[in-house]
Amino acid sequence: MTSAPFPTGPINAVSGTAIAVRGDDIDTDRIIPARFLKCVTFSELGPAAFADDRAELNGHHPFDQSAHRGARLLVVNRNFGCGSSREHAPQALMRWGIRAVIGESFAEIFFGNCLALGIPCLSVDHDTALAVQAAIEADPALELSADLETLELRGAQGPSWPLTLAAGPRQMLRSGQWDATGQLLANGAALTATAARLPYLQGFAAA
Amino acid sequence: MSSGTLYDKVWDLHQVAELPGGSTQLFIGLHLIHEVTSPQAFAALKDLGLQVARPERTVATVDHIVPTTSQARPFADPLAEQMLATLEANCAEHGITLHGLGSGRQGIVHVIAPELGLTQPGMTVACGDSHTSTHGAFGAIAFGIGTSQVRDVLASQSLAMGKLRVRRIWVEGQLQSGVYAKDLVLHVIRVLGVKGGVGYAYEFAGPAIDALSMEERMTLCNMAIEGGARCGYVNPDQTTFDYLQGRPFAPAGDAWPRAVAWWRSLASGPEAVFDDEVRFDAGAIAPTVTWGITPGQGIGVDETVPTLEQTEPDERPLAQEAYRYMDLVPGAAIAGTPVDVCFIGSCTNGRLSDLQAAAQVAKGRRVAPGIKAFVVPGSEQVAAAAVAAGLDQVFTEAGFEWREPGCSMCLAMNPDRLEGRQISASSSNRNFKGRQGSANGRTLLMSPAMVAAAAVTGQVTDVRTLLP
Ligand code: SF4
Repeated sequence: MTSAPFPTGPINAVSGTAIAVRGDDIDTDRIIPARFLKCVTFSELGPAAFADDRAELNGHHPFDQSAHRGARLLVVNRNFGCGSSREHAPQALMRWGIRAVIGESFAEIFFGNCLALGIPCLSVDHDTALAVQAAIEADPALELSADLETLELRGAQGPSWPLTLAAGPRQMLRSGQWDATGQLLANGAALTATAARLPYLQGFAAA
Repeated sequence: MSSGTLYDKVWDLHQVAELPGGSTQLFIGLHLIHEVTSPQAFAALKDLGLQVARPERTVATVDHIVPTTSQARPFADPLAEQMLATLEANCAEHGITLHGLGSGRQGIVHVIAPELGLTQPGMTVACGDSHTSTHGAFGAIAFGIGTSQVRDVLASQSLAMGKLRVRRIWVEGQLQSGVYAKDLVLHVIRVLGVKGGVGYAYEFAGPAIDALSMEERMTLCNMAIEGGARCGYVNPDQTTFDYLQGRPFAPAGDAWPRAVAWWRSLASGPEAVFDDEVRFDAGAIAPTVTWGITPGQGIGVDETVPTLEQTEPDERPLAQEAYRYMDLVPGAAIAGTPVDVCFIGSCTNGRLSDLQAAAQVAKGRRVAPGIKAFVVPGSEQVAAAAVAAGLDQVFTEAGFEWREPGCSMCLAMNPDRLEGRQISASSSNRNFKGRQGSANGRTLLMSPAMVAAAAVTGQVTDVRTLLP
């Protein structure tokens, strides 16, 4: 599969060729069918991305087209990643080679799971999604860059489209603090104080 | 912005800190784990050299991969065996309680935590499973998380979260006989859409909700996520307290009245402000069945599959894909659609009252020729209670198979699955393409009583015609 390293550190831009998967409400069962969840590591998931959709399309799925091999940006439509909370879905996409997802909207758990891996999910409006998908399909070699600083999606020459990303996740990605564990552990005293004020952790002791 | 709602109060109480990225660090009161989404989290913890911060606040069970015929170890499927063995080793190493097979307490994670009294009002509940919204039935803020977040909760008993807006779903009136919480929630999702709840917590309230039992409230909140809402909840009331009293992990003795007083204080008050409100009339809802490939593609059992013209323009591509995949004819009645497999179970509808409702239909009837019908209780406790009430006999005499507890054909990670293009009547929660284990298998979601009606008639049937 991909030899590109997984995301680390600050993420200010994701550049490379792109791949379009069209359709609304593409759920995580489609991104990675449940039978591939029988594993205790994520390492083998890359080749299984969209396995059943690909089988149904008999080699015509974008993930099976050699022209799109090595794509780093995935361009989708509405409510992408809905359904199951399985992190196996973004893990499969990441291990296939995807480093940013651009779409009309994302299911929340999927968005958060991607963020935790350093994969930005950037929003565009309906017309932009269709235009970018058409551009990619017309020219699979098209190099695009999703810039988290300027919030633009740019082609090498010519087109540029506006991107949307909420301030919080954007700052987390740009500062390299998208992996929350360290931040959460830094607040030990505040954690203890919070636990101490929760009645159910004090056995509902009399005040 | 919402204020004074249960969601706001519980959120504020559990807020640990504001994080640099602008999200909130939220304390997690109860963390539930299972064999599918936890192994990589434990592995990551080990890689980082971290310990489980509060092992007593994490509770484990095994549900997704367990076979429902023989549960003898080792399992026939070596991968399933490896997953359970990994969970057992991780729990033993970190001092986490595992309610395992044969313990009398094993079952689907969203069935066992409530029945053990682990889930309580005012808690934050997280689990690496999207149907964690189920626990909101108790007035908890409960949501599904990914594996990286499971790691974070194990390491810190907290999560980085953004606050949701709150939409009140106000339901007037009463459900008719033969219409269940499942129909109510399928109807809500049909109207508001599978994306309608994105960014929201759903508060279910109103006379129809007040009248629901705890098990019905769990069915309702369970599917909030299918409407896009990461959590759904019902304010705690006497029904909640009556359900909890006496359960193994519920407060007892002197603590009980103090717990009830605190729980009452958390409910959304008359001064509560919501970001949005939508109203429904329970009396107008019919038994509801999905015809498509998302839970939002539902219709009353007395309706016809919507034609393209009857479909909103932006929903048409999905409708066309659903026609193709489901092989149902636009404009044709959904009632009378032949089915192959009937599945009663899952965290949506695998509780005792669900089995009772289905048994009421099955009693004295026979599963139609050529139909495979099976009942999978949601937990060992549900199974024991059903057997004590003689429900297993009702089902087996009618020609249903009676199985051991687990997730089973809800997602088909165990041997229970559709074959080829088989079509199921299913009391589960997802009709996604391929969900029930065959890449081109088809699913019709409905209430357990409606599944029983389909089983005995061999086709989609309005259960009201079979009830006394
Ligand atoms: S019953 Fe289905 S939806 Fe519920 S936890 Fe199991 S697999 Fe998930």
